[in-house]
Amino acid sequence: MAPALCANCKTERALIKRPKNHAKLCKACFITVFEDEVHHTIISSQLFRLGEKVAIGASGGKDSTVLASVLKTLNERHGYGLELVLLSIDEGIKGYRDDSLETVKRNAVQYDMPLKVVGYDELYGWTMDQVVETIGKKGNCTYCGVFRRQALDRGAKMLGIKHVVTGHNADDVAETVLMNLLRGDLARLSRSTSIVTGDSRSEVKRSKPLKYSYEKEIVLYAHHKRLDYFSTECIYSPEAFRGSARGLIKQLERVRPTAILDIVRSGEDMARLVLGESTSSCACKGQKSAGLAFLEDDIGGCGSQNGRTPGGEMAAMDKQLRENEAHEALEVDIVKAMSENKVGSEKERELPIRSSNGTSRGPARQVLGNCKRCGYMSSQEICQACMLLEGLNKNRAQIQI
Amino acid sequence: MADTSETTTIPITVDFSGGLEMLFDSKRRHSISLPATDGSGKPANIAFLIDHLCRNLMKDPRAELFVLDNHIRPGILVLINDADWELEGEEAYEIQPRDNILFVSTLHGG
Repeated sequence: MAPALCANCKTERALIKRPKNHAKLCKACFITVFEDEVHHTIISSQLFRLGEKVAIGASGGKDSTVLASVLKTLNERHGYGLELVLLSIDEGIKGYRDDSLETVKRNAVQYDMPLKVVGYDELYGWTMDQVVETIGKKGNCTYCGVFRRQALDRGAKMLGIKHVVTGHNADDVAETVLMNLLRGDLARLSRSTSIVTGDSRSEVKRSKPLKYSYEKEIVLYAHHKRLDYFSTECIYSPEAFRGSARGLIKQLERVRPTAILDIVRSGEDMARLVLGESTSSCACKGQKSAGLAFLEDDIGGCGSQNGRTPGGEMAAMDKQLRENEAHEALEVDIVKAMSENKVGSEKERELPIRSSNGTSRGPARQVLGNCKRCGYMSSQEICQACMLLEGLNKNRAQIQI
Repeated sequence: MADTSETTTIPITVDFSGGLEMLFDSKRRHSISLPATDGSGKPANIAFLIDHLCRNLMKDPRAELFVLDNHIRPGILVLINDADWELEGEEAYEIQPRDNILFVSTLHGG
């Protein structure tokens, strides 16, 4: 087969076939186009203010490494005037996070950005190693996920930063859309498609500039730019990536690569239908999103309970939580929604499309207040992290006796 | 390459990254001699290479992390001399001496 030439410059050999439009591009044109598209997303959704201090949630993995690299490039090229900081969470998992943190430390040097690491041990008094020692591997992702969501915000607050960007990509968003569709949770589906979460009431805003970037292109960008990233699965959920929604997404992509962005767009459209507002922030489509903001509803970092966990495991987690009285009140929304589904009330099924903010379901997550225990923002009296900690601390007390 | 098997094998390098290293002795780069033809005498192509790697190079029993239903697992990218294999004919690409084939997983988090 004669080598194809780049569709853009028509001189270099094409090395990339773009999943979104099958365009064949050479390495240099691909890198430029990838960066331009992220720039377009940033500008059209007015993601940043001039001179804003922004923390990049950095795990050392491909997505956040590419995000840091692209933001540095665009910040310099287009004069965003951003002050970029790497913010890493140390969950306290030996043989996993300590290795990936070494990657982040190298990234800090490579990108000339300050690095702040906040640990679960200093925030919560528990490392994930200790959590797993106490509760076992089953369900540990729930703890990690709840802790991480707060940890990023708390880390940002320590730095006096009000905006955290994460490396969530189009595949992640598509996966979350599918998961929420399968659960019938359109309220959450709408939130998950929003590029910005966290509104005026929340102290730290979250956004995902790579929301429209294919995971395939992120990996190719990292490869062709020779970026230094870490890729090993968490030792406590080594096969989490085999989750059914993820597998389905990848199989769809194999058959029809545009499917991923189509699912993202469908999610945005459904969100608009359900909530009467747009979650697409792309100005070229003429919409500006307010984006309903609930900081406890961001899509999960490493997958955790959101998306990559196979159904059986979620059900088992559900059961385990139910058996433990101390944990009764702290079921995360997903678990609650699932158990509701399992009861399978016909009434629920016959409901017409919910026209308001998912009021027919779930706890009162509309009201954002502060956790009575730690003072951190929460839609419940006691935040999820404090509830989990209470259970953990009781267990520790028992073990010590 | 001085040995006489040169006529019947093709020297290539195979790279694994994005977490796939762990299935192949935790080593990123492998220099291998690939039989020039498959069992039925057809020139070695990518499909044959994948099968060869599973039989001879993989140190991990979890082959399903690399292949599903006899094809490369969706979510694993294949680059032939740095080009997306979709540009090169995918499994049907006939392997040439000194080719570099990279398998990179997009499936692993960080």
